[in-house]
This record gives sequence, structure tokens and C-alpha cells, in this order.
Amino acid sequence: MLTKRIIPCLDVKDGQTVKGINFENIKTVGDAVELGAYYAAQGADELVFLDITATNEKRKTMTALVKRVAAHINIPFCVGGGVSSVEDVGALLHAGADKISINTAAVKNPKLIDELAAAFGSQCVVLAIDTNYIAQAWWVYLNGGRVQTSLHTLAWAKEAAERGCGEILLTSMLHDGTKNGFAIDLTKSLTDSLPIPVIASGGAGTPQHFAEVFKNANADAALAASVFHYKEIEMQPLKAYLKQEGIKIRG
Amino acid sequence: MQVVIIKYNAGNVSSVAFALQRIGIEPFLTDQTDEILAADKVIFPGVGEASSTMQHLRQTGLDQTIKQLKQPVLGICLGMQLLCKHSAEGNTTCLDIFDQQVLSFHSQPQPADKTAQQKIPHVGWNDFAKLRNADNILFKGLQLTDYVYFVHSFFVELGTYTTATTDYILPFSAALQKDNFYAAQFHPEKSGAVGQKILQNFIELT
Repeated sequence: MLTKRIIPCLDVKDGQTVKGINFENIKTVGDAVELGAYYAAQGADELVFLDITATNEKRKTMTALVKRVAAHINIPFCVGGGVSSVEDVGALLHAGADKISINTAAVKNPKLIDELAAAFGSQCVVLAIDTNYIAQAWWVYLNGGRVQTSLHTLAWAKEAAERGCGEILLTSMLHDGTKNGFAIDLTKSLTDSLPIPVIASGGAGTPQHFAEVFKNANADAALAASVFHYKEIEMQPLKAYLKQEGIKIRG
Repeated sequence: MQVVIIKYNAGNVSSVAFALQRIGIEPFLTDQTDEILAADKVIFPGVGEASSTMQHLRQTGLDQTIKQLKQPVLGICLGMQLLCKHSAEGNTTCLDIFDQQVLSFHSQPQPADKTAQQKIPHVGWNDFAKLRNADNILFKGLQLTDYVYFVHSFFVELGTYTTATTDYILPFSAALQKDNFYAAQFHPEKSGAVGQKILQNFIELT
């Protein structure tokens, strides 16, 4: 039986991991590859590296990071952050990434999803959606949560799935950094109506929150950053707890 | 020990190379027939689409090279599917090492209730059951509770050469073996310590 996945997310700038609370107040934590290898050894099921380097050299630094990660880490990983073309994705996959997440570029040019799925297969195309709840609706946000769009989150996720994306990485900005739990209703609305897996992100504070998002929202995977980076939650006790709760977990 | 990875137009060859390096093997990436034939072990990896990949293999003559191999060969993911007889992906005639069919998960019956349907592609960690493989040393030292990593929308149906099964939507072939040809639907190069052990077992085959 397919297991639910636990995914630590590493925000990376110039090869170092950083984590912002509500996308602000960035703080350096450690070497990205070293930390990723640590999580893999502890039993993480997958890793996400989000490159927030904002320089002209970005493409080079991202490819270099992917190569280092692929050489050292024996579990699947996804890389994202400003990826905007078929060429970008090709270079990152060639360097050893298993999946690529796209966000702003896909909203600006939805056909990119079709092109990537056709060129590399749906399995490696992850659509990241940053969303916030304003005036009784969930809206898609761009540029790391700074720009609101007129897209409804569920409608956008459905369109992306139809266009061939293989997975949705759903981050609730309302929940991110709060440690009060994942966006259960929102996540459930996506998992109920999409034919592709959904990774829930934003709000993890306790092991119970992971159990809730798997049991009550039927998330396929749950992603978190700070609680792992600051060792507030450790992989092995978390997985032992989830197994005890009757959730199918590896390890 | 010369381990060759067949170089062709399919993706993610580097992950397999890195995984071998982690167990102390420096693989050699090539599309040259003489070099492939001379290798001790051959790995035929692959992430991609069946029909365009087969077309490439035919154009380059690699299809004939692969069929001639007598040393241990390991097909991974698309590599495994291409070693079968036929793939529903692009209605493709494949290499026919394994007389088995590659079908699409999309063509398989699922419950009418949308919330009860299994998602496609099959992505993630799943378990597998070993069959008739007391002698299949690829899985030597592994536990029944071990998980491996899958990413695929097409699968090989159960058949004569199935050595391990996984259940997702329906039971399918997680691994195949016939003579010197071994194949895995999952990605040993991405399957943590379990995958590393499987690669190690393959390298140690005589």
C-alpha cells in the first residue's frame, strides 16, 4: 500500500538553507545538502529544495545545488524557485532532480505545464500554489506570496491537473508559520476533486497536525520546514506516532 | 568491474550514476555497442516516453545491442517497460525480452466514487511482495516490510517473469527476471538504503 509522505522543505539561498516566518525574517540555518542528507537518513520520504537566490547567477547555482544533492542523497527530491522555461527544467532534471516545482511562471503562462508534461512526463511536474483566504475565498498568490491574482485556488489546481501537472504542492499562507495546523478544509477540497496527489504545506506545529492532514484532509504528503529545522519535531518519533495512529507510513 | 549505463535519450541517468558511486562503483556512460557488449554489468535506466525512446533505440541500433547482452542487465522503470513485448504508451513494440505487456493505469477500472479512486501517476513509497525468488538474489537481505520508490503511469502486467509484485489499483510487476535480464519498475537509485542494497546485490551478481 502506498504510504503517506513526510517532506522537509529546505529554502535555499546560495547553497545555505533559510526559513522565513510568513515569508519574511529570513534566517540562515545550515548547509542545504548536509541538512537534506540528515533528513534522508532520519527517514524523510522526499525533500523539497526551494531556491530563493535572486541573482543573475541563479541558474548556475541552482544546477550546482541539484548536482550536489543528487550525488549525496538517496531519496527523491524536488527543486523549485523561479523556474520558468522548458530549458530550465531540462537542465535541472539532467543535473539529477526528480521533480521540478513551478509556480509564478505557470500562472503567467499555463501552457508551460502542458509543455513540461509533454517533454518530461507529468511525474516530474509539480505545481506549487501559494494561497491565502481573503473575502471568503482562497486566492492564488505569486512571487513568494507578494502578489495576489484573480485565480481561485481549486479552479487553478484543476486546470493544472488537466494540463498535465503530476502533483500539487499547496501552501496556505494563512497557516504558514503559525504552527496551528494545516489548512484542513482547503486541502480536503483539493484531494477530493483532483486526480493527482496533493502535498499539504503550511502550519505544521505538532505530530497531531500531520495525523489530521492525512486523516481528515486525505493529503498524500505533508511538508514542513521550521519544525524540522529547529528539531521541534523529529522524523523518527513523528513517523512512529503516525503509524500508531493507523496511518500508512514508511520506516 | 566495468559497469556500463546505456546512454540514450531518456532522462535521469545521472541519478543512477550517483547511486552507483555511493556504493563505490564508477559507472561508464556509453551508447557504443562494443563498450556495452564488453561490460561486466549493464544498466538500462530510463524516465521518459516509450514510443519516442524505442524509435531512438532503433535508429541508433541500441535495440539490437541490448538483445545480444549475455551479462547481467538491470532495466529500471521505463528501461524495464522497454524490455517487455509491447507498451500501450504510444502503442509501441518493445524489445521483447520479457513476453509481457505494458499497460496504462488509466485504462484500469476504478471505483465510481471519485474520493475512493487511486491517483495516477503512482508516485511514492510502496511495498512489494517477492515471488518465486528464493533464488532471486536481487532481493537478498531485504525484509517484507521494506518500501521502494515508484513514479509511473504505465505498468507491466503480471506474467511468467514477474519476481515481485506491488498492489496499486491492481497487482502489477514490481520486478522481472529472465536469465541474465533483471528489471525493476521502482527506482532503486532513489529508494534509500533498500534501493542501495538492491543495486549492491545486482553488482555482486555473477
